[in-house]
Amino acid sequence: MATFKKSEKPTPAISTASLPDIVFMLLFFFMVVTKMREQEINVKQRIPEATQLQTIEQKSLVSYIYVGEPKKRSMGKEARIQVNDVFTTPEGIPQYVQQERSKLKENERPLITMSLKVDEAVKMGLLTDVKLQLREADARKINYSTRKIKED
Amino acid sequence: MAIDKKKIPEVNAGSMADIAFLLLIFFLVTTTIASDKGLTITLPPKREKDQKIEAKVKERDVFNVLVNFKNQLLVEGKRMNVKDLKEAVKRFIDNNGKDPDLSVNPEKAVVSLKTDRGTNYKTYISILDAIKAAYHELRAKHMGITVDEYLAFDAKKANKAMKVKYDNARKAYPLNISEAEPTQIGK
Repeated sequence: MATFKKSEKPTPAISTASLPDIVFMLLFFFMVVTKMREQEINVKQRIPEATQLQTIEQKSLVSYIYVGEPKKRSMGKEARIQVNDVFTTPEGIPQYVQQERSKLKENERPLITMSLKVDEAVKMGLLTDVKLQLREADARKINYSTRKIKED
Repeated sequence: MAIDKKKIPEVNAGSMADIAFLLLIFFLVTTTIASDKGLTITLPPKREKDQKIEAKVKERDVFNVLVNFKNQLLVEGKRMNVKDLKEAVKRFIDNNGKDPDLSVNPEKAVVSLKTDRGTNYKTYISILDAIKAAYHELRAKHMGITVDEYLAFDAKKANKAMKVKYDNARKAYPLNISEAEPTQIGK
């Protein structure tokens, strides 16, 4: 039987030269699929679930309205509307729509889409007021933001 | 002089991974995955003052869905569960004049949805979802594709034949959802 010679060379270290490449790849993936958090959301957001989801075609045309109970206890429990970084009333929405619309190119202005991110516990009364104001502002394309559920 | 045989030492790239990880974690923390999915609807145009609306819709062409502030459903005068709503709406739309109580044809069929100011948004979404599901299933059937394929339909990427089919399906089953002013009982 042959005797095993203990090799004198230590086992070569695993090359980690490609590790940065892998991490960079991950980094680029995340940079592409995510977007910067532009504002802090100050209302509770438990988005309801639905099955018939459709994607908004052009992301640049979308403006967001958040509705829900304020996160801060001191603000009370009544559901509030948040646009940009501030709380507003339904009457303040047409102004917000105008402001968002002025950011778009002239030919795209009628196509503005409002994405409503509404907490599940919000009552329809407030939402109806919001919708009525959106009609006033002529921002008629709206999208109720929802999550996907699997049909059983 | 002898030429130096030693090569230029390589730059140590060991910390490169650390730098990249740092960047990666920074992006993970500061960004969110865009979730721009949802139920799209188009609101009716702004109502001018002293404008009279003449609605010439027959009673049989209207499918009444009422929701009260306790989130209970009344469909065509009968109580119903949300899970049965989709089939009921489908039957109503695709009646084509067979049943005298249901719609004459899909183009004339109108689904009227009336909520209360106290109805939960969650209930409203589940009802809207059921109504849209009924329409989407009928349209998908008309086009000869599955509902998932219909939902994923992108007008920019689709070929011409599919676009024509899509437009035809939309014309055959127009989404007529009429949302009435809510009642004020459960404020």
